[in-house]
Amino acid sequence: MRYVKPQSFEAAATLLHEEAGIARILAGGTDVLVQLKAEMVEPDLMVDLKHLPGMREIVAEDGGFRVGAAVSGAEMGEHAALKAMWPGVVEGVELIGSSQVQSRATMAGNLCTGSPAGDSVPAMVTAGAVARVQGPDGVRDVPVVDIPTGPGKNSLAKGEFITSILLPARPDTASDAYLRFIPRTEMDIAVSSAAVSLELDSDGVVTAAHVAVGAVAPTVLLVQDAGVALVGSKLDDAAIAGLVAAVEAACNPITDKRGTIEFRTKTAGVLAKRAAHIAYARAGGQA
Amino acid sequence: MKTIPVETTINGDSAEFLCHADESLLDVLRDRLGLTGAKEGCGTGDCGACSVMLNGRVVCSCLVLGVEAQGAEVETIEGMANGEELHPLQRIFLEEAALQCGVCTPGILVAAKALLEKNPDPTDTELRYWLAGNLCRCTGYDKIIKAVQTAAAEMRSA
Repeated sequence: MRYVKPQSFEAAATLLHEEAGIARILAGGTDVLVQLKAEMVEPDLMVDLKHLPGMREIVAEDGGFRVGAAVSGAEMGEHAALKAMWPGVVEGVELIGSSQVQSRATMAGNLCTGSPAGDSVPAMVTAGAVARVQGPDGVRDVPVVDIPTGPGKNSLAKGEFITSILLPARPDTASDAYLRFIPRTEMDIAVSSAAVSLELDSDGVVTAAHVAVGAVAPTVLLVQDAGVALVGSKLDDAAIAGLVAAVEAACNPITDKRGTIEFRTKTAGVLAKRAAHIAYARAGGQA
Repeated sequence: MKTIPVETTINGDSAEFLCHADESLLDVLRDRLGLTGAKEGCGTGDCGACSVMLNGRVVCSCLVLGVEAQGAEVETIEGMANGEELHPLQRIFLEEAALQCGVCTPGILVAAKALLEKNPDPTDTELRYWLAGNLCRCTGYDKIIKAVQTAAAEMRSA
């Protein structure tokens, strides 16, 4: 294996594009080095991108925040303004792994690794986050929801990688929340999960809502109908019932050692309901 | 496979080593530098026995490449005592018997010290969550939590 620290994003993209063998990108390393150790993959080329401009920075942009692809979970958790604007995104990121893993693991890595149970992904999706992708032909911006395509798979082409993720601006009367179900209290993989992002008007009526669920389909799902069910409401029982029904209808999980189809479907609805109430309270809504 | 020269700082001293591209920082510390305090438990970032500080943050050294230490500040359990004088965490772990086989202990000490530098007065819950990535199969954790709290109290009053 060759280990390379390219001098620019363009050079990195060219290097990755032209590599005939197996190439891997090193940011936090919390997935790729485990795969290396387990001999699941034997890369010919390891490209370290952490040193490149902006990779380790959280910067304000157009009222939101651009998070470099090598920013760790711990660094996001320590950023008060980011946490205040997107508490659901940050709480999702902070649920990944141990203190040790938090020192290294990244949101971009969690996205690209393509796990349907990735804890940072549902709230990124409901936030309308946009990944900046560098490739051999230049830079493009891709909605986060379009990156994962199935377990362990993503839509990035050969030579492409994420350099940053933009969490856009949002009004003060808006917020988000993320919840997951695990049988333990920490250090576990979601059996099911849900994120909700809400915007309210001055009367506390929901004017926009986005709902996403994890671990209940091959990818994290944005459930449009579930968001629609909340718009125009103050999260009354009928609106919540509509949310839960839409979430349950969208679920397409598998049965495995962590949970059955029925359990995952049921808990995804419950988590979406609870996350909606948390997001509503955070946005300043009074039920 | 050819080796790569790496210049780094370990426990405040500059250090140089040669390693392969796919060699973990843990293997470098143990096999090339003779610093065997960090242990290999799982080798996949689950158990925390290999915890070291990398640029001020606690990491599993099995999930760091040796080459990533270039230009970095690494702190290991070997740097925790001040000469012959044990760090309060080390001394109190011995006094209160917060270990049995001891394999997890270096990692727990490194991780606990990292927490107390950020948060000198953690609740038991905060401490248990912080140490969730450090597995101990002997103690049942209670003695570890109590020893860290005793050390934290002593360090606060120092």
